[in-house]
Amino acid sequence: MTSVGTVCDLVRSKNAGPFWVTIDLFFKGADEFARYARSPPLDAVSIAQLYDVDSAQVQHYLVENLALLKISFPRRTPQGGVEERDLHSGQQFVRFLDIALDGSES
Amino acid sequence: MTDKAMSDAVTILVPTGALGVGVVESEVAHGIAGGAQAIAADAGSTDSGAAYLALGVAKYSRGAVRRDLEILMRLAWPKHIPILIGTSGQAGADANLAWLRDIAVEVATELGIHPRIACLRSEISADQLGQFVREGRVAALPPHGVLEAADVDACDRIVTVLGPEPYIAALRDGADIVLGGRTSDPAVIAAFPIMKGAGVAASWHAGKIAECGGLCSDTHDPGSGVLARVGKDGFVIEPLDPDAHCSVRSVSAHMAYENSNPFRLTEPGGVLDVANSRYEQLDGRRVAVDGAVWTPRPYTLKLEGAAARRFQTIMLVGIQDPIVLGDLDRFRDRMQAALIHRVHETIGTAAGDFDISLRLYGWNAVSNDSVPAGTLPPREIGLLFVATAQTQDLATQIAKACNPVFFHLPMPGHKEMPSYAFPFSPAYIPRGPVFEFLLNHVVAVDDPMELVRIEWVDLAAQEGQQ
Repeated sequence: MTSVGTVCDLVRSKNAGPFWVTIDLFFKGADEFARYARSPPLDAVSIAQLYDVDSAQVQHYLVENLALLKISFPRRTPQGGVEERDLHSGQQFVRFLDIALDGSES
Repeated sequence: MTDKAMSDAVTILVPTGALGVGVVESEVAHGIAGGAQAIAADAGSTDSGAAYLALGVAKYSRGAVRRDLEILMRLAWPKHIPILIGTSGQAGADANLAWLRDIAVEVATELGIHPRIACLRSEISADQLGQFVREGRVAALPPHGVLEAADVDACDRIVTVLGPEPYIAALRDGADIVLGGRTSDPAVIAAFPIMKGAGVAASWHAGKIAECGGLCSDTHDPGSGVLARVGKDGFVIEPLDPDAHCSVRSVSAHMAYENSNPFRLTEPGGVLDVANSRYEQLDGRRVAVDGAVWTPRPYTLKLEGAAARRFQTIMLVGIQDPIVLGDLDRFRDRMQAALIHRVHETIGTAAGDFDISLRLYGWNAVSNDSVPAGTLPPREIGLLFVATAQTQDLATQIAKACNPVFFHLPMPGHKEMPSYAFPFSPAYIPRGPVFEFLLNHVVAVDDPMELVRIEWVDLAAQEGQQ
């Protein structure tokens, strides 16, 4: 199965300040980027569903020369709150890895 | 980028991504031998949470920060190389800054050197901020809305995030060492090149790329640094770790690191746009960068404010019992219900607005998502209990009341009462307050220096008087 984990060579997540999460998907190369970065499962609406946030708040950047898809959205709760489970958001990328991509959008 | 364009470059040494992580002395010596004209590093960030600002305490140990600062001061002093440190003591509030200032004075005394030390205080009071709100000078950043008076008053400490101007002012007034309050990470690195006439966009871009030291290379040493040569139109960056390499990928990718927008960086006094930047591999270790654009904007200072809120007491057990591991979600639900019932029957309404959170490490503690059906159970789990209440005492009373349930809750398959594995006695750990950032706003200023107070520790003058 083609998934984010198989077409990217680096997927990472981190806070961008205490109120935002940012996730970077570095595709293996220009071909993989061209074929998969615009896939519907990776669009703002799908990401908003995946992380239970408002899709209007999802920032979605295609950085062609880096073969990078960058996605940023507000944290559901600010960093360090009562229910905090990932203070630096360093594990938030993991749920991306198994997203299936069919590449039919190329 | 031609050699000619770089012939009047300003060379800045960024010894580490954060003071206290572990500066490598041989790297600093190598960078100075390579022509470094200034040393710049940041010493903090919001990354590790609001506690350090709310409490005014450092993240790294005094010994670790002292060790790093001693290396920098000892190597820089004979060469008259200024040292600029941003976000002193992790959060850059006055208390954090005073902590680092005292370390610097202690190191100078020990080394027998007499630097002029400038401290850039950027903390403001809730009263000051309230006044700025009333004057209409405060604007919200997304996803926040209008700043409420209650949030201003709740803050234990408030800082403004400085740009490069106060560093330049201190250097022009003869500072050998500048210790900053809360500062934009790139600004502390951009300050010296801007002062020396390097391009403003190139200086900011170099500051962003170098802000985490060696992280823009392939080094595996977290304390490692970089050397940046900043010219009119661009800069050249190389790692200080002799075994490391900067690549076009590692350098350009750092522009995306820990910021929400990979093309634009909003800073005090302007916006850096790197959408049309060019990156060129010069050799195996160095990358040249140009093409960034700096657009000045009305000067604003970002605000950060932190507060202690409710208190938490925690307990932890390890569980290897196969009956529990065989039905973890059900166990968690039964445990949650039993704990809440226990608090109601032992403390009642006196428990106030409390919360009990259970986290199954080894199962789904990090995401709290449901685990797909058919997932095999792990060999063991760690079950973390987190009670949150209005006071520390109440949170601890809740934990103590819950102790027997948390320790022994059986599942239907148990033939006798199980006992889960506590690692500590007493079982409860009062964890302290929950700290939160309350501000995500900017304040407009007419002058970048308006809210900065520069205080001097002039060891040169003190030496002269003796």
